[in-house]
Amino acid sequence: MTAFFFFLFIAVSLGITYVAARRTRSAEHFYTAGGHVTGLQNGLALAGDYMSAASFLGIAGLVALSGFDGLIYSIGFLVGWPVVMFLIAEPLRNLGKYTFADVVAFRLRQAPVRVAASIGSLSVVSFYLIAQMVGAGNLISLLFGFQYELAVIIVGVVMLGYVLFGGMMATTWVQMVKAVLLLSGAFMLAMMALWRFGFNPLALFRAASDQYGVTVLGPGRLVSNPLDAMSLGLALMLGTAGLPHILMRFYTVPDAKTARTSVSYATAFIGFFYLLTFILGFGAMVLVGQPAIRAIDPGGNMAAPLLAKAVGGDAFLGFISAVAFATILAVVAGLTLAGAATLSHDLWVNVVRHGTASDKEQLRVARGSTILLGVLAIVLGIVFKGQNVAYMVGLAFAIAASANFPALVLSMFWRKFTTRAAQMSMLLGTASSLILIYLSPTIQIDVLKNTVAWFPLRNPGLVSIPLSFVVGILVSLLWPEPEAEARFAEVEQRIHATSPVRSAIS
Amino acid sequence: MNHTEQLKALDSSRWRIAVSLTVAMMVLYFGFILLVAYNKPLLGRLVVPGLSLGILLGALVIVAAWVLIWIYVRWANTHYDAGIAALRDRP
Repeated sequence: MTAFFFFLFIAVSLGITYVAARRTRSAEHFYTAGGHVTGLQNGLALAGDYMSAASFLGIAGLVALSGFDGLIYSIGFLVGWPVVMFLIAEPLRNLGKYTFADVVAFRLRQAPVRVAASIGSLSVVSFYLIAQMVGAGNLISLLFGFQYELAVIIVGVVMLGYVLFGGMMATTWVQMVKAVLLLSGAFMLAMMALWRFGFNPLALFRAASDQYGVTVLGPGRLVSNPLDAMSLGLALMLGTAGLPHILMRFYTVPDAKTARTSVSYATAFIGFFYLLTFILGFGAMVLVGQPAIRAIDPGGNMAAPLLAKAVGGDAFLGFISAVAFATILAVVAGLTLAGAATLSHDLWVNVVRHGTASDKEQLRVARGSTILLGVLAIVLGIVFKGQNVAYMVGLAFAIAASANFPALVLSMFWRKFTTRAAQMSMLLGTASSLILIYLSPTIQIDVLKNTVAWFPLRNPGLVSIPLSFVVGILVSLLWPEPEAEARFAEVEQRIHATSPVRSAIS
Repeated sequence: MNHTEQLKALDSSRWRIAVSLTVAMMVLYFGFILLVAYNKPLLGRLVVPGLSLGILLGALVIVAAWVLIWIYVRWANTHYDAGIAALRDRP
């Protein structure tokens, strides 16, 4: 019964995506048809790219198992958007380039910046992918009773197939369809849960505190150490503005105004969704119960599907699981494509081949990179069994905030920023966040079963983000690069002028 | 004021608004995070039965993000775009 509805909804959503994608293709090529991408469409696509398994499965699970502290993720994942809006979106659009590395390398020396940017972006993409694999593996093993490891392998192979054969097909439409599905699915689930409480969220929260004690409504159960809270908070806010697959969406809108409109739509959708997670999490806590959620997966990732089963039976479980699976599929597609673009465009074509590679060769490298990333995601997905996926994505955000965000901001807004500084800031940001994650209690105690962890914080952001900024500034001041400084005027002119006046001032 | 100077003035006002709104968002959010880190009992206090101060403030941070973005978009769509359009129309 559940499986039937699962496959039915997967088939329907893939069908819609296919038809939609075909229609765009026959109308005009999506990205070049600049005027046709409306702010609403790009906003939905941004929301689709952003709301991954972490937002749906992960946060609901964290809230269900620890109450209020899970909501730190809901709030932190949202507040990055105003930063993107005010500081990043329009300048990025006006710099008019194609990948994140293009923007940083705009006035710097190409090769060193591209190599460093690729390493950072690929680390972010890998951690993000691991989280999706863990979520999907749990989901499939819950639905069909496979062992977790086997489920991860099956899911990985299915997703690789999807990306290799269908992934290039109008990913924007995939994201839009998925965003609508996820928003409506989560809304239905929340309403069905609230129905049991007379549509009064406070009655739901009250039931949770009656059952599990009033402390579930306040902080301290998950993030008890104050520095841990600050580290997580910092990484979540600044990470959004460093995610390669999100930044990519700003190079394709027709003008700065559309970039602006799309961020406001995206923030409206995403914020609405995160407010729903308050209901989903506490709903699962009360209606499913913590022991039942923990028994299925210690990371709590199955709280939302279990809630669906509790309020709507097997058919609704099938629907919500299909929504979750479509969510993961779309995000994996976006991430893998961003990763493959970095490997083939930035590393292979620009650095190895110095810009002279045929289309055929580029495509071959992109396909190879996709397979490489997929296999890596499967292996690491098995290693990180039992981790909460929102927490895992929190790590990807920490890497993005340390590796990409400082270099992006400094290169766009600081005249004295240099090639060597960009390189050092991105490499040290990546390396320090990865090493600190390795030394953290998550790897040392949870995965490797050691008794002590060298680094006390579960999220490295509090150390690695300031380190990356400081390195970028110090190296620039110690070894100035007059050529880069001289070319800053060009960046400034591009950043501040919206496209209509570009011709007037140049 | 000539063309370039007007454009510069418009840019610096966009810049001023963008930075102040960013600072406002950071103050609100990090204020919230500092309370989560260092004043857990306060956030655990109930405003009404079922609603803790933490949940209320958390939801308000999300609403604040919406409001700040709304302010920016409104300003940019009226003042900034109109200013740019006026500059473009004049040769």
